[in-house]
Amino acid sequence: MRAGSQAMSRAGAAIEVRGLHVAYGGTKVLQDVDLDFAPGTFTALLGSSGCGKTTLLRALSGFVPIESGSIAVGGKDVAGLPPEKRGMAMVFQSYALWPHMTVLQNIGYGLKLRGVSKSDIAARVSSLLEMLGLAGYEDRKVTAMSGGQRQRVALGRALAIDPGILLLDEPLSNLDAKIRMTMRHEIRAIQQRLGVTTIHVTHDREEAMTMADRLVIMNAGHIAQIGTPEEVYDRPNSAFVANFMGAENVLPLHVAPGEGSAAITAGEARGVLAGQAGLELPAGEALAYFRDDVASLDAPDAAAGEDLVVPGRIAARSYPGGLYRYRVEAAGRQITVDHATRHEPGAAVGLRIPLSRLHIFPAAQASTPA
Amino acid sequence: MMRLASSLRTALAAFLLAAFAFVLIGPLANLALWSVAERWYTPYKLPVTYGTRYWEQVFRPTGDAMASLGTSVWIAVLTVVVALALSIPAGYALARLKLPARAFFMVLFLLPQAFPSVAIYINVARVFYQLGINGTVFAVVLVHAAHGLVYSVWIAAAAFSAVDKDLELAARNIGASPLRTFFSVTLPLAAPGIIASGIFVFLESLDEFTGTFFVGVPQVTTLPLLLYNAAMGGNYQVASITALILLVPSVLFMLFIERFLRADVLAKVGA
Repeated sequence: MRAGSQAMSRAGAAIEVRGLHVAYGGTKVLQDVDLDFAPGTFTALLGSSGCGKTTLLRALSGFVPIESGSIAVGGKDVAGLPPEKRGMAMVFQSYALWPHMTVLQNIGYGLKLRGVSKSDIAARVSSLLEMLGLAGYEDRKVTAMSGGQRQRVALGRALAIDPGILLLDEPLSNLDAKIRMTMRHEIRAIQQRLGVTTIHVTHDREEAMTMADRLVIMNAGHIAQIGTPEEVYDRPNSAFVANFMGAENVLPLHVAPGEGSAAITAGEARGVLAGQAGLELPAGEALAYFRDDVASLDAPDAAAGEDLVVPGRIAARSYPGGLYRYRVEAAGRQITVDHATRHEPGAAVGLRIPLSRLHIFPAAQASTPA
Repeated sequence: MMRLASSLRTALAAFLLAAFAFVLIGPLANLALWSVAERWYTPYKLPVTYGTRYWEQVFRPTGDAMASLGTSVWIAVLTVVVALALSIPAGYALARLKLPARAFFMVLFLLPQAFPSVAIYINVARVFYQLGINGTVFAVVLVHAAHGLVYSVWIAAAAFSAVDKDLELAARNIGASPLRTFFSVTLPLAAPGIIASGIFVFLESLDEFTGTFFVGVPQVTTLPLLLYNAAMGGNYQVASITALILLVPSVLFMLFIERFLRADVLAKVGA
C-alpha cells in the first residue's frame, strides 16, 4: 500500500460466474447465471425491479448466500468466503455511511482494519477527497452533508482499500437529476483512471448506456442479453430486450418468406424486406417493436417504397418540446410517434415505418409482456 | 350565544387543566411540605413548625438513609451490569438472527411481569433460602435483574433492529470481521437505546420493593424499604424525603429519553 500517493490503481480483477443459482425462501431469484467480467471493464447490470440484478450483485459481494454455482475472482473461487475476504468494495444505494463517524473515519475505516498508520490514513484520505472534489472535508460529520457529497464519500470509502472490484448498487438513484449527470461522468472517469473492474446495477437505461462498456440485460432471474450499448440498443435479441431498450411500439405483422426476401403484411399495408435481413425473419405471425422516433407521419395513400405505410388515425397530440408527439391508432394498436409538423387529432394519416429499423420477433415469443 | 359557548369552553378547559395539575402536583406538593414540617398535627391544615431538621437527619453521614441509599445504588449498578450482559447478546440475536420461535423468546422475558409478583417472590425467597443466598445483595440483584430484563431485552432488540443492515454490510464489505463490525458499527449506533434501557433498569431497581422485601430483608435495606419502615413507624418526614430522593433519577431519565432516544427506536420496542 503506497498510502498518500496519487497512483493508487491496481489492475482490476477478473470475475467468472458459473451456474449461479440464488433463492430466497423457495423463490428462485437467479437461475443458472453465467457471466464473465474482464479486468478493468465497466459492466452495467440493467433490468426492471425484481429482475435479480441487485441479488446478483449481493451474491457476488457475499451478502446473499448462493444455492449452487461458482464465483471465481482472479481464478480463485470465493463463493464460500465471507464478504470481508472477497476483495470487493461496494457503494450502496443508501450510501450506508456510518453516521457516528466523520468523513475521515468513514473513508479511513478499511485502512484502519488493514493496520495502516494514522498519518498514512490521513494522507490517503486527503488525496482521495481531493480526487472526489471534497478536499478539506475530513472532520465533517456525514450527517451534515448533501446527497451528492455523501455519494462521493461512499465512493471514497470503497476506493480507499484499493479494491480489485468495485460494485455500484444504484448509487445515483437517490440524487437529483443534475447531480446525477455529473456523477455519471465522474464515476466513469475515476473508473477509467484506476482501471478497477466495475459492476454497476441500475434500472436507468440511459445511465447504463452512458457509463458502461458492456450491458447485461436481466429479466426474471435470467440474463436476457449481453452486449455493448450499441449492440443491445440496435440489435436486441428478444422482444423483452427490444421493449426494455425503449422500442415500446408494437405492431402485429405477418411474415411470408420468399426468394431472397420476405413479404411483410400489417393489416392492409405491405412491404418487402430484401437481402439477409429478410431471410432471418421468423415466418408467420410476428410482432414488430420500434421506437417513437423511428416512424413518421405521411399521407394515408403515400407510396410505400422501401417502407411500410400503415393507415391510421391520430388519437391524441401533445407537445413535449421540439417535436409533436402523436398517439396514432393503426392496425388495431396505439402507437406513439414523434413528428415535426403539426396535425390535428382525428386526421387520417399514413404511418411510415422503415422496415430495416423494426425489431421483429415471432408472436409466440413476444406474447410475454415486458 | 357564541360568546357564551366559547367562554364556557375556556372555563371547562381551565378547570380540567387545574384538576390535572392538582392530581399531578398535589401529592408532590404534599411530599415537599411534609419533608420540611418539623411539627404537624391535627387540626392544623398546615405544618406548625417548619425546619430542615429531618433533611439533616437523613443526610447525616452516619444515618440509615445514606447507608440504604448506598446499598440501593450499589444493587442498581450491579443489576444494570447483569441485565446488559444478558440483553445485549439477546437483543442482537432477537433483532438480527433468524431465530425460530422469536415471539416465544420475546414473551419469555415478559413472564416475570405476567404473574402476581408476591406469589412469585415468596417462592423465589423459599428457593433462595434453601440455596442459602437469602438476605444477600447477590439475591436481590438476581431478582431485580429478572424483573428488569423485559425492558432491557425489548429495548435492546428495538435498538439493534433500528440499525440499518447495510451499515453492517458496508463494514463487512471492506474487510471487517463480524465481531469487529459489531463493536465498531452496530453497538455504537445502538448505544443510545442500550443506555436508555440501562437507565430504565437502574430506575426499576432503585424503585423495587416487593422482591427486595422478600429476598433481602432484614440484612439488605434499600431506600424503598427504609421509606416503608419510616412510613409504618409514623415518620412521614423521613418517608417524604426518601420519596423525593427516589424521584430525582426518574426525572433525569425522562429528560434523557426526550433528548437522546430517537423515535424510530421507540417505535420498534416489542416489535
